Amino acid sequence: MTLDKCKRGQKIKILNIPNEVIRSQAIRFGIFEGTVVTCEEVVPAGPVVVGMCKQQIAIGRELAKSIAVQPVN
Amino acid sequence: MVNKHYQQEGVTGKNIVLVGNPNVGKSVFFNYLTGRYTDVANFPGTTTNVICGRCGQDAVTDTPGIYGVSSFNEEEKIARDIVLHGDILVNIVDAVHLERDLFLTQQLIDTGLPVLVVLNMMDEAQQQGIKIDIRVLSELLGVPVIATVAVEGKGMDQLKEAICRARAGRRLPPVQEKMAGLPADIPDPEKLLILEGDPVVSARHGMAPGGDRELIYGARRRWVNELVAMSVKETSRKEVWSTVLSRWMIQPLTGIPLLILTLWALYQLVGVFVAQTVVGFTEEILMGQYFQPAVKALVGRMVAPESAFNQILVGNFGVITMTVTYLLGLLFPLVLGFNLVLALLEDSGYLPRIATLLDRVLTSFGLNGQAVIPLVLGFGCVTMALMSTRLLGSERERRIATIILALTVPCSAQLAIIATMLAGLGPGYAIVYGLIIVSVFMAGGLLLNRFVSGQSTSLWIDLPPLRLPKPGNVLKKSWMKSYEFITEAAPLFALGALCLGLLEVSGALNAIENALVPLTVNWLGLPKEAAGGFIMGVIRREFGTASLFSFPMSDVQKMVALTTITLFVPCIASAMVIYKERGWKEGTAIWLGIMMVAFFIGGLINQLLNLFTTTLPAASPLTMLAGVIILGLAFLLGIHWLKPAK
Repeated sequence: MTLDKCKRGQKIKILNIPNEVIRSQAIRFGIFEGTVVTCEEVVPAGPVVVGMCKQQIAIGRELAKSIAVQPVN
Repeated sequence: MVNKHYQQEGVTGKNIVLVGNPNVGKSVFFNYLTGRYTDVANFPGTTTNVICGRCGQDAVTDTPGIYGVSSFNEEEKIARDIVLHGDILVNIVDAVHLERDLFLTQQLIDTGLPVLVVLNMMDEAQQQGIKIDIRVLSELLGVPVIATVAVEGKGMDQLKEAICRARAGRRLPPVQEKMAGLPADIPDPEKLLILEGDPVVSARHGMAPGGDRELIYGARRRWVNELVAMSVKETSRKEVWSTVLSRWMIQPLTGIPLLILTLWALYQLVGVFVAQTVVGFTEEILMGQYFQPAVKALVGRMVAPESAFNQILVGNFGVITMTVTYLLGLLFPLVLGFNLVLALLEDSGYLPRIATLLDRVLTSFGLNGQAVIPLVLGFGCVTMALMSTRLLGSERERRIATIILALTVPCSAQLAIIATMLAGLGPGYAIVYGLIIVSVFMAGGLLLNRFVSGQSTSLWIDLPPLRLPKPGNVLKKSWMKSYEFITEAAPLFALGALCLGLLEVSGALNAIENALVPLTVNWLGLPKEAAGGFIMGVIRREFGTASLFSFPMSDVQKMVALTTITLFVPCIASAMVIYKERGWKEGTAIWLGIMMVAFFIGGLINQLLNLFTTTLPAASPLTMLAGVIILGLAFLLGIHWLKPAK
């Protein structure tokens, strides 16, 4: 499953971020492969907002499509 | 190993560098240490210029907000070189977001430079039930840590003393290991960046970029998470008001009405209250009834009233009368109003949420939500906004944003005058004017997205916490910006007025106006004096708009003139920035292209209105024009929808 398919409130584990620059940027924010984040908001046809540790990052739809995730219960 | 950074005999003549993530309040510290004012804002990208000051015998340098030191974007590149040349790094950390901010902290410590960590915004952390054990944190990092609430001045008294205690902290073991493998003559901070694969620093030492970035970043992230686990306790986790509001701001269903409401409120404040009530007083009464007659009488006593010199000083385009009246009576209140509004938007944290809300729309223009920042800044000052296009992710986005900014976004000074003029024309003209500009904006975006080659990037933006702006900071910031604007604009305006005055007195203005008759009178349907407005417009956009007030025009003429001058070439300052950022060839192409588009669209509107008046005298020409524009836009959108660009 990819990030853009997530629903609001869902907890997800990041599996793979293919873009190298984004991967390095993400790790600075605390998001890396294996991190569990919350999908806090999905703007229809727009960005997905993920949250972890009191911070929120809005990720554009195209980029979200490329990020592989897995739902966590 | 002898390293100057480890010598700690008193802190004199050192270079103190302030480093931190965006939005942590670095500028307040800079202000405190140096006594100088810098911009304080609640969105990334405010500090893009290097700002230096002095604190006693030491130099203090502020850096742009960054999440890590490397070369991923323009801000990082600037900050990287300042950090590499620093003697002491003061790392400002947002106490609420330790997991994120300590990544940079550990990277700074890994450079081996002396570091002081300042936990700022402790009040917010307490409100959110976060307890930080400062002693444990300091021990684990190996550097001194202090706590502050900078905007309220709490804890700031210990800052200078603590800077003297800054020292090199505990490096990550893998970094220590890998550094040993590099040539000993390279300074440690640069070694770190080479290991992390920074291409620029590696090239400086004639080395290939290292391949250990993922390894080091991974180790650093794990260590930071451990640090937080050991030093932070959360007592409660409650949903605060800002979470709900934040949600409303980014969901289209609530976000769009909220945005419209905000814009409407801002228009009421600036377009109605400032542009009409305040300016009505300052321009007409203060300047028109008191200042101008007094100056004219005074100058008349010293210089013969009919002489050319008198004309230049206090005549039609008088250097003294026009400059003072327009600058202080008209522009200053308006610019102050706009800067106030921008400061509120910046400090509240609303901007990145608008970026998220509008991301979808902006992707159709080949941009992403991040472009909201230059576009909104453009309403303050196009020149400043053009510089901030550097923040955008790709060359393609920078090119598109530059053209859209230069063509369709009027700056605050100009917008203010336009608002005043439109207010006199009534709602019908205002709506059609707005429709024209929005259509040009959208059509321009869609066409550029289709025809500019390259690849655009996707949105990745940090949403900072929503904060209630501090009135003191908002007032100070808008006052400083407006003051800077007026002092910078005054000589240029006087020069422009002088040029126009000279042209008028020598008869050259008449010649130019006559030469441009085919354009101004035949095509645009304006009085020939409008040529003077366009000449002024090249010097500064709003001067051109302001000088349209100086001769009588019909309502239709006013609208055509406003449309043309809005789209018309940006002022000299922004043209210079365009040349600097985009190079000579592209700069000239943009400049000439925009001028042609402006005259084409202005003339088209005039010709269409004439056509409707003569062929369909029964229908309102304005309504017909609006209909034609909407049809044209619908056609373009239809094409976009049927055949999306790439």
